[in-house]
Amino acid sequence: MLVNVVVAMVEAVIVLGFVMTFAGFLTWVERKQSAVMQDRIGANRADIFGIRLIGLFHPIADGLKMLTKEDFIPAKADRALFVIAPVVSLFFALCAFATIPFGDFVQFGPRQIPLQVAKVNIGLLFVFAMISMEIYGVVLAGWASRNNYSFLGALRASALMLSYELPLGAAIIGVLMVYHSLEIGEIIQRQGELLFGFLPKWGIFVQPLGFVVFLAAGLAATKRVPFDTPEGESEIIGYFVEYSGMKFGMFMLTDLVETVVIAALATSLFLGGWQFPYLTSHGFLLPGGALSPVAHPWVVVLQIVSFTVKVALLCWFLMLLRWTLPRFRYDQAMRLGWLFMFPLSLINILVSGAVMTWIS
Amino acid sequence: MIRKPTYSELDRAYFPGLLAGTWVTARHFFANLTRHVLGLVYPPARRRASVTIQYPEQHRPLSPRLRTLHRLTKRADGSPRCVACMMCETVCPALCIYIVAKEKPDPDFEKQPESFIIDLGRCVFCGFCVEACPEDAIRMDTAILEFSALSREDLVFNMEQLLRLEPVETDTAS
Repeated sequence: MLVNVVVAMVEAVIVLGFVMTFAGFLTWVERKQSAVMQDRIGANRADIFGIRLIGLFHPIADGLKMLTKEDFIPAKADRALFVIAPVVSLFFALCAFATIPFGDFVQFGPRQIPLQVAKVNIGLLFVFAMISMEIYGVVLAGWASRNNYSFLGALRASALMLSYELPLGAAIIGVLMVYHSLEIGEIIQRQGELLFGFLPKWGIFVQPLGFVVFLAAGLAATKRVPFDTPEGESEIIGYFVEYSGMKFGMFMLTDLVETVVIAALATSLFLGGWQFPYLTSHGFLLPGGALSPVAHPWVVVLQIVSFTVKVALLCWFLMLLRWTLPRFRYDQAMRLGWLFMFPLSLINILVSGAVMTWIS
Repeated sequence: MIRKPTYSELDRAYFPGLLAGTWVTARHFFANLTRHVLGLVYPPARRRASVTIQYPEQHRPLSPRLRTLHRLTKRADGSPRCVACMMCETVCPALCIYIVAKEKPDPDFEKQPESFIIDLGRCVFCGFCVEACPEDAIRMDTAILEFSALSREDLVFNMEQLLRLEPVETDTAS
């Protein structure tokens, strides 16, 4: 019993470390990818003892900069809520990784350790609950700043996030119907089966519309461009206008961690998670029936690498969308959520149900 | 009469236009990425990977007629060509040239500047002094654009030695 707790804690530390490093790495990716897309070079000047390393030290420089900035709390602000708001934001964003598996399992002799921090049989609902709790961080930040404009920004942000929770949740009901489970580990297991004899039964092949709606609603629920009206990037007053230093850094980190959450969830549900095509826990099982055995450590490595590569590709795609699209006006974003995304997700459920009934 | 823009059905579907736009930026991304990676091995042939000029290692190419830092030209014997006629001081719209004249024993020239001060904090780099000078004594062709100082006093180039900067092109009319 205690061993299970210790194992879970160690896994939690590893997952946290991986996610925070990945989020910091994403700041570098954002700068470099946007630069390469825009025919320029990007940030490449931060160096340690003369070694520049294509600007990979810039996230460290940014972190140091934020730590050394003045920690300012407005005079009439609610001090407790002001300090707690970024903590709430980051805490729930990081908690969402508790039920997302990075691999199948690792066999240490007689002990089989699942590469998932917590195996809850409503794991998917847990992730959505954590995403919904983000709204508290936003509203707390806007209210505690004691600034009318930042409060309006918080209202905008919370209304946007709430509105897009619906298509987000409804888009995965099709996935539920196909895989008959709410536990993300089981959903990924079932994506290892083959469709028509040769195609892996990934979510994107059985639920293409669900994938598109999920990505769009996920972008909106995490306030990423093109839905970043609440944040606006210096065009409009956002909910964190009174924050400086590391508190602001935590909000920015939350933004990137949420991007990773959406990417990880989309790979788990639609792109097969840690599934390498045709790789089972014993080796490669090709469509013809040929079995090519692979040693267990290599299977684990392949699974973890496959998950990371898929998450990275999706993050790249989300960054590409961010630097291509102009942002929506607020009423356009709300209209899109309620009058287009939500009916589309409902139609997806109807069509999926009809097709499944017709097949069986 | 303002005509409302009409959108075709393909435009209003939003996603085809979105994908077309994303395709353009993705194309730029992959093209530039391959150029960056290949640029590590051998220099680029046709198109550059980025349009960035890495200052201060590289500089933007300047036009030869760009009005940059001033210099006073010299005669063959090293004395300044300036005869302290005050034409540049009079025409300067920013009133940044201060000349004090003294006598030159040579009867061909009669005057020479005792002190020639240009306050670069006031100068607007219009080039009127260059056009007004009858002796071709002042030019703005040094191509020096970096003369920042740490105080306003340091921006007042008040020694003629500071004004006798090496020219970029050789002085053909000597």
